[in-house]
Amino acid sequence: MPFLLDLFAQALNGLSYGVLLFLLSVGLTLIFGMLDVVNLAHGSFYMLGAYAGLTLIAASGSFWLALAVAPLVVGVIGVLIERSCLRPLYWRGPLDQVLLTFGLIYLFEDLVKWIWGGRIRSIPPPDLFSGSVTLWGATVPSYRMFVIAFGLVMAMVLWLLIERTRLGAIIRAGVFDSEMAAGMGINVDRVFTGVFAFGAGLAGLSGVIAGPIQSAQPPMGATILVPALIVVVVGGLGSLKGSLVGSLIIGQAETFGKAWLPGASMLIIYLVMALVLLLRPQGLFGRALK
Amino acid sequence: MIVRWVAVAALIVGAAVFPAFAGKYPVKLLQEILIWGIFAMSLDLLMGYAGMVSLGHSAFFGVGGYVAALALLKSPGVASGLLLPAAAAALAALVIGYFSIRVSGVYFIMLTLAFSQMFYAVTFQAAWLGAEDGIVGVPRLNALGLDTAKPLAFHLYLVVLIAVGALALFRIVRSPFGRVLRGIHENEARMEAVGYAVDRYKLLAFVIAGTVAGVAGSLYTQFVGSITPDAFLWTTSGEALLMVIIGGTGTLAGSMLGAAAFILLQSLVSSYTERWMLILGLTFILLVLFAPGGVVGALRGRVGIRS
Repeated sequence: MPFLLDLFAQALNGLSYGVLLFLLSVGLTLIFGMLDVVNLAHGSFYMLGAYAGLTLIAASGSFWLALAVAPLVVGVIGVLIERSCLRPLYWRGPLDQVLLTFGLIYLFEDLVKWIWGGRIRSIPPPDLFSGSVTLWGATVPSYRMFVIAFGLVMAMVLWLLIERTRLGAIIRAGVFDSEMAAGMGINVDRVFTGVFAFGAGLAGLSGVIAGPIQSAQPPMGATILVPALIVVVVGGLGSLKGSLVGSLIIGQAETFGKAWLPGASMLIIYLVMALVLLLRPQGLFGRALK
Repeated sequence: MIVRWVAVAALIVGAAVFPAFAGKYPVKLLQEILIWGIFAMSLDLLMGYAGMVSLGHSAFFGVGGYVAALALLKSPGVASGLLLPAAAAALAALVIGYFSIRVSGVYFIMLTLAFSQMFYAVTFQAAWLGAEDGIVGVPRLNALGLDTAKPLAFHLYLVVLIAVGALALFRIVRSPFGRVLRGIHENEARMEAVGYAVDRYKLLAFVIAGTVAGVAGSLYTQFVGSITPDAFLWTTSGEALLMVIIGGTGTLAGSMLGAAAFILLQSLVSSYTERWMLILGLTFILLVLFAPGGVVGALRGRVGIRS
């Protein structure tokens, strides 16, 4: 029984990490689908979200306010970045844009060090979820249960938004073929900016949510980027479903790796990625390549 | 043509006799420039010629560095300092390349980045590799009557080796093989259609670049006397990438100039401010936005670059 309990507790940990990755990778995958840009600064938005959350909590004392406002702040930064840096490069093809977002990682990481200092800052969970709950005999921090529930609700909302609303249809049209969408009278420029800001905001949101679990520290943006990229490689770029399934797989793989193979835990997710690439190079739900 | 060869010879001789005129610190800077320069040149072979933008070139730099550290601690021979690191880096490039060249564009970028961070993760956790402290106290190569623990011997060894590596790279990009790579860069489908085994050419380019990067990593370990997981970190790839971009992709010599500009700027800036990363990031962004051909490209008055 203790084995099963441990298994269950680990699975919950993996699930909470997985939904966190989902909130991040959704933005990555939508931005890619729409703008053809792999936004390497996506992890930086996550970091900015965590630090904006830190400051907002310190100023207002409310975690919930931070959770609502920090993503907006990061979204605005996203608008500025898209308008000033990415827009001039659209005609030049994706590689220059990727390089530019790579430069942004340096910029944001050093800015954060400058403003908030380089040391680790912990973000306390909201009072409501500061304890722990016992679930079928396993003790789990209640904050983690909140993260899981929040993430799953967000996944549902996103799915409804993208699959069931007019705005979602416009986004899907843009992801599928942005030139055609423009031809049908959709203001693609505005949708581009909107999607980029939306993705950035979601990354900021996951940064705030991750705060109480992982603390805020400057390299966090670059550190989370790789698992998020692996998620989209595994799930398939440009696919919402792939992003969800990929996140859940990678979340579990990394968590169980840490628990059961402490010496090689970080290797597991790469093995998963290599396996998927061998069997399905375009990812589980990706469109065929080239 | 003759003018060019005389200039190249003058540069090599100049680098070799530099310690006779300069103090310890400038010599160290020159050595650092040479090591990073050859590393950046190997990346330029991939980026500028084969059109494969890799964000994971640090993988081979680190593999070369770690293998050299382990081997040199056992025996300071040529095998330890050069052959083993080169072979290990080539093998790593073969495996990573096998997976990565099946895809192109942004997928290739993501994969190479992920693979290099895999090495970071592994070395960071591996107790037998010193985990996050890495391997320290690595002796320099001592073979064939050359004891590179002596500063002058090390300098000459470095200059000769890097000159050979650089000339080999120049030779490669001007060879029929190099022209095929350029053809793939221009139009992969067409090269495939006229009968070139595109994937095999790309893999070979990847392995050559990886091997040279491995030698650079080995030299870096011998230069510093230690190696840490940071060698694998994305910042290592990023710095090499920036050197290539500063110099202009597809110029080879530009990469060496880029390395020089980068390292001189770094040593200058870091004595005034701690915000070096910020400056790096801004340089990256401004270059991509306004001088996509790099400094060499801008000087040539070339506008825009193939993507």
